Amino acid sequence: MNAMPENWVRVGRLSDIPRRGARRVQSGAITIAIFRTAEDRILALEDKCPHKQGPLSQGIIHGDCVTCPLHNWVISLETGQAQGPDEGAAMSFPVRLEGDDIQIDFNFQSDLRKTA
Amino acid sequence: MKQKLVIIGNGMAPGRMLEHLFDMDPEACDVTIFNAEPRVNYNRLMLSPVLSGEKTYSDIVTHDDDWYEEHSVTLHKGARVAKIDREAKKVTAENGVTADYNKLVIATGSLPIMIPLPGHTLDGVLVYRDLDDVDKMLAAAKAGGRAVVIGGGLLGLEAAAGLREQGMEVTVLHLMPTLMERQLDPTAGHLLEDAIAGRGIEVITEANTEEILEKDGRVAGVLLDDGRKIVASIVVMAVGIRPSTALAGSADIDCNRGIVVGDDMRTSDPDIYALGECIEHRGLCYGLVAPLYEMAKVLAENLLGGRAEYNGSVTATKLKVTGIDLYSAGDFADDEDREEIVLRDGKAGIYKRLVLKDNRIIGAVLYGEASDGPWFFDLLKKQTDIAPMRDTLIFGQAYQGGAPLDPTAAVAALPDDAEICGCNGICKSQITSAIAEKSLTTLDGVRAYTKASSSCGTCTGLVEQLLTVTLGDGYKPAAVTPVCGCTDLGHDDVRHLIRAKGLKTLPAVLQALEWKTSCGCAKCRPALNYYLVCDWPDVYRDDYQSRFINERVHANIQKDGTYSVVPRMWGGVTSAAELRKIADVVDKFDIPTVKVTGGQRIDMLGVRKEDLPAVWADLGEAGFVSGHAYAKGLRTVKTCVGTDWCRFGTQDSTGLGIRIEKFMWGSWTPAKVKMAVSGCPRNCAEATCKDIGVICLDSGYEIHFAGAAGLDIKGTEILGRVRSEDETIEHISALTQMYREQGHYLERIYKWAKRIGLEEIRRQIMEDTEARRGYFDRFVLSQKFAQVDPWSERVSGKDKHEFVPMSDLTLEAAE
Ligand code: SRM
Ligand SMILES: Cc1cc2nc3c(=O)[nH]c(=O)nc-3n(C[C@H](O)[C@H](O)[C@H](O)COP(=O)(O)OP(=O)(O)OC[C@H]3O[C@@H](n4cnc5c(N)ncnc54)[C@H](O)[C@@H]3O)c2cc1C
Ligand code: SF4
Ligand code: FES
Repeated sequence: MNAMPENWVRVGRLSDIPRRGARRVQSGAITIAIFRTAEDRILALEDKCPHKQGPLSQGIIHGDCVTCPLHNWVISLETGQAQGPDEGAAMSFPVRLEGDDIQIDFNFQSDLRKTA
Repeated sequence: MKQKLVIIGNGMAPGRMLEHLFDMDPEACDVTIFNAEPRVNYNRLMLSPVLSGEKTYSDIVTHDDDWYEEHSVTLHKGARVAKIDREAKKVTAENGVTADYNKLVIATGSLPIMIPLPGHTLDGVLVYRDLDDVDKMLAAAKAGGRAVVIGGGLLGLEAAAGLREQGMEVTVLHLMPTLMERQLDPTAGHLLEDAIAGRGIEVITEANTEEILEKDGRVAGVLLDDGRKIVASIVVMAVGIRPSTALAGSADIDCNRGIVVGDDMRTSDPDIYALGECIEHRGLCYGLVAPLYEMAKVLAENLLGGRAEYNGSVTATKLKVTGIDLYSAGDFADDEDREEIVLRDGKAGIYKRLVLKDNRIIGAVLYGEASDGPWFFDLLKKQTDIAPMRDTLIFGQAYQGGAPLDPTAAVAALPDDAEICGCNGICKSQITSAIAEKSLTTLDGVRAYTKASSSCGTCTGLVEQLLTVTLGDGYKPAAVTPVCGCTDLGHDDVRHLIRAKGLKTLPAVLQALEWKTSCGCAKCRPALNYYLVCDWPDVYRDDYQSRFINERVHANIQKDGTYSVVPRMWGGVTSAAELRKIADVVDKFDIPTVKVTGGQRIDMLGVRKEDLPAVWADLGEAGFVSGHAYAKGLRTVKTCVGTDWCRFGTQDSTGLGIRIEKFMWGSWTPAKVKMAVSGCPRNCAEATCKDIGVICLDSGYEIHFAGAAGLDIKGTEILGRVRSEDETIEHISALTQMYREQGHYLERIYKWAKRIGLEEIRRQIMEDTEARRGYFDRFVLSQKFAQVDPWSERVSGKDKHEFVPMSDLTLEAAE
């Protein structure tokens, strides 16, 4: 497949998300959870736990993991991988901070949208 | 012939550059300096000690007049260069003085940023950059009053500490949640905030200034965007710096954020160099002296025809406020491929954190004891492989083969008069001296002689640690189950230490109890948050990010990510108006399921998160408040129809149930609390399987507790009998408070009661009037802060961010 050019789109500001908190971004049928760690890192996963689709944006964030609100799986914010003995991964998204702006690579998502 | 070297700006960077230059070749250049400041070169870093009164200007002069004479340097003081003529190779100052150059160095430093708030031009609004600013602050301090410092970074805090030393009241306003957030991780930021507050400086974080207020043409104070006003006689703006590029820009020298230079320190004009804070090198601008000194060396060599290269710098920061030891370097964010080593010594107020990647240090934050900072920084810069010394690395350079951290250190550090056993009022020294004097070696021995740990037993862990502290290896305590992997302490110890040490914030607990992770985990954070809510109801600020989603948004999450809404129906009684409102809400928001719960009320299931505030707003119109169906707190009080209708009813069980629910709603407890009141021993409200139940009798009220009907089935125990409704409420509240203060997080009442002993609970609640009153009073106090309907709070805008998506890209894409 051809590499798509990057297309970073602003989805909000750092200060929109509390530390150790998350916000959702809707993109067509996909909901993306944007996380802000205690250290002000910004990471993005699809808002769907690999276990039973629990909304990860609603979990408790600690270190660089989130604990799913439904059955307590611990998911890495960086890779989306379930930690410990659990297996599976949530999809992770390219996201970056430009100053105070949070940006997502929009092309990456439009790709997804076609397959979704 | 000597070449003519002209320097614009006489700051720290060119000062150092000239030293190198004269060292290498004293005769090569004929130097002329223009300085906008009317003075010689001084150590700008030391302005803070001048402000605080620890030093004077003459102490901080780097090059005095004699030095310039000795090196035949022409220094034009108070001469700001206004123009660079690159064709003619000549600069002209505002006062008309000119100089021709062969080589020119621009070292104009940087300018403090002034946010253009309304009122920023008023008399009394200052910045912090040079000696004149310090003089203005000192003059203002003489007049007294309050100084507001906007900006809680390095400069802001140094200014604040200095002004405080000079006798002013000081408030620091900081936009971010923690101080110096660019150099410190949140834990260190909190410790710093405590230390700053400890000097009598008020710190307000997340403070957004809207306006600087005026009176008689001068500063009178500031207005924050949340409406708060702070009266002040000066405002110091310390929000950052911007490279000073205007002069270079007007001569068409390439500038971005700073004056662009290559690795040889040359600007876009080959005869013009730039140096110091005014430059931009490989996209970076610097605001600390260490990099400038590296540049100075490179430039000196190149001015003499060398080919040195500057390759950029990693920087480290140290705060220069006397008595606060703080050091940070590199990058300290968490990341997948990074590991951290944390050392906390709560007693000594030390926090150290190293961030490692592939066995190399990439970041270091040191608080409280920073002497190893330069050593860590050196390992960081050299990218030394630390694998061989990994186990002892955090202890610092001097440390050789140390022992693991002692988990009883926190207990050992308690003051002698710290209360260990709350039930019997026994303090630390009574226990340690009994151990010594009576040669005690066992827990039972301590119990027999001091009574400590013989009542509710929650201090057992602490007493055991005191045995360990006193007897060393001679004592082997029973294993305690730690709260979670982040600590070796059990729940009881944590609860006792929170009180004994007066820990009132989450970061303070993590630090003082030497947590092994930087921000806890999903197990310990909710527990700690509850303990703090329970112990310090009046001052603790609930940490919503440490609450499970249900308690964070005040609704129960369902398997498909929607929520259920359960309003209170006091004592299970409702009305036509309430039912009509529920019906309307169900229609309006298309709520898929309406169900009568096992707790005598109505559950609306399948509400979308975005709709929650609107649903609550509508329900609120009929007087509904949150039913806390999600809470580790009071759930329902089931009742039966009692004397109102029932032919067997002995007391007003419905009315009493409603009174209890209205008195006790909103309280947070270790686990959920369910109650019931039955009008007679037929027990239609099922009071004998509840956490707390009441059976009405002709002669009064029989109080039950410690039942279970969930995972375990267990009939209640009888607490005792009382005569009036008022007494019932007092006893039930006291019992609940005892459980609130002693229960482990997620431990239901029946489990707590088993651990403590039914007899002890009966004794304290039924027999010991004073103890009961104490519990009751503390319950009442905490209810003052707890009884706020969370739904109406959110309807009026609190935590709005929880309920709406941050953005909707679907809409943008459709455009
Ligand atoms: C709605 C309801 C069932 C119903 O449709 O009737 C219900 C629903 C849930 N119960 Fe329950 N329980 C309900 C009455 C009960 C009762 C009966 C009672 O309260 O009289 C019990 C047994 C009594 C007891 O609590 O011991 C009960 C014992 C449990 C337990 C087991 C607790 C235990 O320690 O043994 C859980 C699990 C837990 O809390 O960890 C639980 C957990 C739950 C949760 C919260 C599951 C969850 O974590 O998501 C369910 C949430 C539904 C929701 O979103 O509203 N529910 N649950 C009842 C709500 C009562 C109310 O009005 O607030
Ligand atoms: C209060 C305070 C505390 C600090 N503490 C620390 C610290 O602890 N550690 C640390 O590493 N750094 C610290 N710094 C930063 C450090 O002082 C600077 O990085 C350093 O002084 C910058 O040196 P410079 O030569 O680039 O610029 P400066 O020292 O700012 O010198 C620039 C000079 O150029 C003059 N000038 C500007 N334009 C013209 C013109 N057109 N014509 C003539 N002259 C002109 C200015 O008046 C000024 O005197 C502190 C700064 C301040 C203000
Ligand atoms: S009994 Fe089980 S399935 Fe039914 S509501 Fe309670 S927790 Fe859910
Ligand atoms: S859906 Fe996330 S743990 Fe079950």
